Amino acid sequence: MSQPQGALQAAAKAPPPAAQKDSSMERQKQMIAGHFRALSLAKETGQRVAYTFVPGNLTELMHAFDVLPVYPEINALQSAMRQLSAGYIREAERLGHNEDVCTYVKCDIGMLTKGNVGPTGEALPPPNLLLLSYTGCFTFMKWFELLKHEYGCEVAMLHVPYVAEGQPTADARRYIVDQLKAEVIPKLEKVTGKKYDEGRLRALLARSRQAEDDLVWVLDSAKARPSPIDAYFGAVYYVGPIFSAFRGTQDAVAYYRELRAEVEDRVLKGLGPVTPDGTLTREKYRLVVEGPPNWTHFRDFWRIFHDEGAVIVASTYAKVGGLYDQGFRHGQADDPLESLADYCLGCYTNLSLPSRVGLLEKYVREFQADGFVFNSIKSCNSFSAGQLVMLRQLEQRTGLPGAFIESDLVDPRYYGHANIKNRIESYLQMIEQRR
Amino acid sequence: MASAPTATELLERCERLFADTALDAVRAWKAAHPGRLAIGHLPVYAPRELIHAAGALPVALQGGGDQVDIVKGDACFQSYICHLPRSTVELGLTGDLDVLDGFVFPSTCDVIRNLSGIWKLLFPQKYARFLDLPQAFDASTGGRFYRHDLEELGRELHGLGGLPPDDGRLRASIALYDDNRRAIEKLYALRRETPWLCSSDEAFLLVKAGGVLDVQEHTALLRAFIDAAGSRPRKREDRIRLLLIGAFCEQPPLGVLRTLEKSGAYVVDDDLNLGARWLEGDVGPSQRPLEALVRAYLEQSTWASTRFEHDEPRGAQLVKRVRRAGADGVVFAAPSFCDPALLDQPPLQKALTEAGVPFFSFKYAENTGQFQGIREQAGTFSDSLKLWGAA
Repeated sequence: MSQPQGALQAAAKAPPPAAQKDSSMERQKQMIAGHFRALSLAKETGQRVAYTFVPGNLTELMHAFDVLPVYPEINALQSAMRQLSAGYIREAERLGHNEDVCTYVKCDIGMLTKGNVGPTGEALPPPNLLLLSYTGCFTFMKWFELLKHEYGCEVAMLHVPYVAEGQPTADARRYIVDQLKAEVIPKLEKVTGKKYDEGRLRALLARSRQAEDDLVWVLDSAKARPSPIDAYFGAVYYVGPIFSAFRGTQDAVAYYRELRAEVEDRVLKGLGPVTPDGTLTREKYRLVVEGPPNWTHFRDFWRIFHDEGAVIVASTYAKVGGLYDQGFRHGQADDPLESLADYCLGCYTNLSLPSRVGLLEKYVREFQADGFVFNSIKSCNSFSAGQLVMLRQLEQRTGLPGAFIESDLVDPRYYGHANIKNRIESYLQMIEQRR
Repeated sequence: MASAPTATELLERCERLFADTALDAVRAWKAAHPGRLAIGHLPVYAPRELIHAAGALPVALQGGGDQVDIVKGDACFQSYICHLPRSTVELGLTGDLDVLDGFVFPSTCDVIRNLSGIWKLLFPQKYARFLDLPQAFDASTGGRFYRHDLEELGRELHGLGGLPPDDGRLRASIALYDDNRRAIEKLYALRRETPWLCSSDEAFLLVKAGGVLDVQEHTALLRAFIDAAGSRPRKREDRIRLLLIGAFCEQPPLGVLRTLEKSGAYVVDDDLNLGARWLEGDVGPSQRPLEALVRAYLEQSTWASTRFEHDEPRGAQLVKRVRRAGADGVVFAAPSFCDPALLDQPPLQKALTEAGVPFFSFKYAENTGQFQGIREQAGTFSDSLKLWGAA
């Protein structure tokens, strides 16, 4: 139904309503601000800085050397949420980067060219080390090859084998441990001038485990009806600390304890998830989502779902930085380096397609989903190549129809709101008609 | 006594093999070698010696080119995925690859990696093996891992019905492939020195034939062509010399190569069919042939966008390659949506600019059918170099 022109104009002029935030979100905001403050002061404090990736990150090991991590993927998605990515991507394309390639890479290159200013408005320090955790994404390797040319600093390569046959092999685990000993730890020792301290790493891993227990409780809470969380759009915030600079810290332990308490309270009160427009009061559809979100229109994208009463009860994107809900915990293995190896091997995009289909099927059943949506990302072959086959397999196994939409991570040119909205609404109507 | 085949006859055979997307040549080989396996492998590099030592025929799968109509394959991939996997799936779903007993998917990129999973989902009855080539090039880390991977592959091929792993057989296979590599290198030397005797598309067809032929037969074919090439009535023409780079996985249609050469250029070196040229030099005889194969991968792998740049920057290596080939310029010819090739282009182009080497670039798909744009680009590039010495 069309709206009166005046109403449209008024809506266009009105500032967007402030998003509702839980106190855990405020805590996370403070943690992030503190981290970026430390990064901005790294030159003065002499603290060493490593750039690295989210999947397969070695955050505890970096903390054991007092190294500050920077995650270029997170910089890119934050740039997108602040509507800066389009300009950065244009800049990278002006420098010769092809329109076909990963937009995270181009956003990062563009941001670097424009002064590498982080979300707090301060320039990020250059890396002392590029810690290339090559886990689940070939493009990571090419990305850091490009950054190596830009920064000319040390590079530590950690090749994490693909788990093609369903389960990681003992040989793959040993390969990672061998590289940690022969390549990664010596480079960390070199750039920091500190010796590897296994006891310190063990203590960090123990704290990770505490936080991971609480995160898994929160993710599992979506099995309740109504679900107290959105396990895709909301989980993006929930996994932030554990996927990035805070795993192994007391801050992360406190954050997840507080988050869990908030969610427990919501379960007791029978409340639905908090969305940017308030608490979802009527859970009409329970969905599982495969694939990363679009970041340039994150709130609009989310609104398509919550406007219709659709809650995401499980998502694979919330597992790219670790499959904790399937039982893995840091520090589980006796040897801390083996524990890190197990973590790297188990990240979602390092799993074979049959394993990914199996996990999605499990989510659909365990979380009693009405359907599933694949958000296929133009930039991300690791996620996207094969998703159409996965979709059909999942439909056959569950007897449920799936929806398939396409967008991009941080390139707004590939986000078509009307098209996506149309498809999701039609899909939800189909679910309704099948009831 | 039968006379030696002419260059034209040899090339006609290669063209027939090129058009043989249904793998009739492989079916014929299997009929002539009952009980033996044929194992397909995706680009770029797979240790064909190991497959051969299992008594099997290694078959290089490089998509369907411009000869396969894609119907089912397109339903498996979004528009922003390169073309090779969709034609490969098409060939699989139409039964053209049924003759193969198994498939090896090397860790070339995320798309080939995920194709291994697609294969498991679509063809659960077929052996589909992902081969994780190490990106750590130290013998104690990547070397140890790779050796174990190869041992496992050898055992699995035996489990499929291949011959059991055996050092003597592997040694013999390595010797045959070393001989094959020398013949390919000689063909490329012929092109560098006398490119008018063997055009780019001809060399492409000659090397590609090795993807389906027994290695000894292929080596003999290459040598016969090299012997016959000198007697071809061809004259040197006033053309620029180009190095073509970026086409290591999904291969361009023959029309692209022919267009480049018709636009005033000799393509004197390239990275087409790169898997066949992956190891530079001989693996060599060894008491421990598997170790030798591992060492060769770690130390003799060629310049490739799919390997971690752990040593000399690729840009510097490319400039050296330009000099060695005596090339006047470089053409970056990459498949659309090919992350490894396209992500490499900016630093490579920067290195060329700094070295004063002109270049131009275009993208293609294996089934590209329009060459006018490429012809205009290549022609302008060639003319500008001939007229002014710079693009």
